Amino acid sequence: MKNRSLISINDFTKQEQIRILDIAADFEKNPIRKILENNVVATLFFEPSTRTRLSFESAASRLGAKVIGFSSSASSSVSKGESLKDTILTVSNYSDVIVMRHPKDGSARYASEVSPVPVINAGDGANQHPTQTLLDMYSIRKTQGTLDNLNIAFVGDLKYGRTVHSLTMALTQFNTTFHLVSPEELKLPSYVKRHIKEKQLTYHQYTDLMDVIPNADIIYMTRIQRERFSDPIEYEKVKNIYNLENAMLDGAKENMRILHPLPRVNEISTDVDSNPKAYYFQQALNGVFVRQALLATILGAI
Amino acid sequence: MENKELRKELKVSAIENGTVIDHIPAQSLFQVIKILNLDKSNDQILFGTNLDSMKYGKKGIIKVRNKFFESDEINKIALVAPTATLIVIKDYKVVEKKQVEIPDEVQKIVKCFNPNCITNNEAVPTRFEVIKNEAVIKLQCHYCEKTTSKENMVFL
Ligand SMILES: [Zn+2]
Repeated sequence: MKNRSLISINDFTKQEQIRILDIAADFEKNPIRKILENNVVATLFFEPSTRTRLSFESAASRLGAKVIGFSSSASSSVSKGESLKDTILTVSNYSDVIVMRHPKDGSARYASEVSPVPVINAGDGANQHPTQTLLDMYSIRKTQGTLDNLNIAFVGDLKYGRTVHSLTMALTQFNTTFHLVSPEELKLPSYVKRHIKEKQLTYHQYTDLMDVIPNADIIYMTRIQRERFSDPIEYEKVKNIYNLENAMLDGAKENMRILHPLPRVNEISTDVDSNPKAYYFQQALNGVFVRQALLATILGAI
Repeated sequence: MENKELRKELKVSAIENGTVIDHIPAQSLFQVIKILNLDKSNDQILFGTNLDSMKYGKKGIIKVRNKFFESDEINKIALVAPTATLIVIKDYKVVEKKQVEIPDEVQKIVKCFNPNCITNNEAVPTRFEVIKNEAVIKLQCHYCEKTTSKENMVFL
């Protein structure tokens, strides 16, 4: 995987994805390893995403790499009208790998085609966010001991949530049974469901969150995002439709864990946080190990 | 019947050397002209539309003198005129006749329908993979990964 870009999770084979998870597990045991002291990592955030940027920068720092970059377009030459291509070509002179987040769909693929150094996509518009998918896979494997044959419930905005689409696609490699909980207006798009069927797997659709709690190995909660709705009345109707409370978890399986890509709003009550089934903060930490694994692999240090 | 019809038309406006694109759905004729950039061509071009066709009802036909298209080029028109036939003429004789084929990849000629796609926001040439395994042809953007269906196709 040396010198390869990661734009979409499908850019890596199943074996390569598992290899990254294995390397991430080594970093979890031994996170501080200065194996990238001679490398420069550029983090170009054309739109702000503090959480993702800090996770990448923490990963780079733990490996001893220098970090350069910007945290919003306003603080870069983009505000002077520079094209994406020019920015990428310039920054590639100063760095060995480019981590980028950009508001336009497809921007990262394009950047990887013009850049002489590898590009890691940290989110391109509503399209892909493959490091999120890898950290979700890592979290599922770590809590369940396997990725195979699990019952995974997705809850909330299944229509617009790219996190859900990418993770669903990735999990179809592991004989997953999908339990899809959403309001009618926010069901999983038909092209994703078609992909599940093509892999001879099954999905079940629900509107009531309680229906999935007894059987799920993972409950993956998502936020219903205001900006996805053109009609504010439609948003008001569904915004608080799901609210997971501690009392609802009594009938859950012992091994069940709750994931959430964060930030959350109301969909998980704070009284769940102290339940051992709550895993979303550890999930965020796992992102650092996965990003260490990616940086080290792509830069050829492992 | 087919050959008789063709001969009749060739007689009206026969070309010595060049290409005839026949069996274009009548409503797609001008789109085909545009896709092949014939509106900017200096070659002698004849075209007709709303002609009677036994097979297809109303059809269009284009004849371009001294022009031999690359198959990649001609296959683009399969997106809008899947029934079209390509006839290569040399010395007033038909030397080759073939059905257009839907290409696997389409570059530059179609706009991505997703307004948030990078190709609609920076100087990036469009590029699509053609999805053929469904009832209708769809183009999947190489960049934003969204699919553009036939009714949303805008040609550049
Ligand atoms: Zn696109």
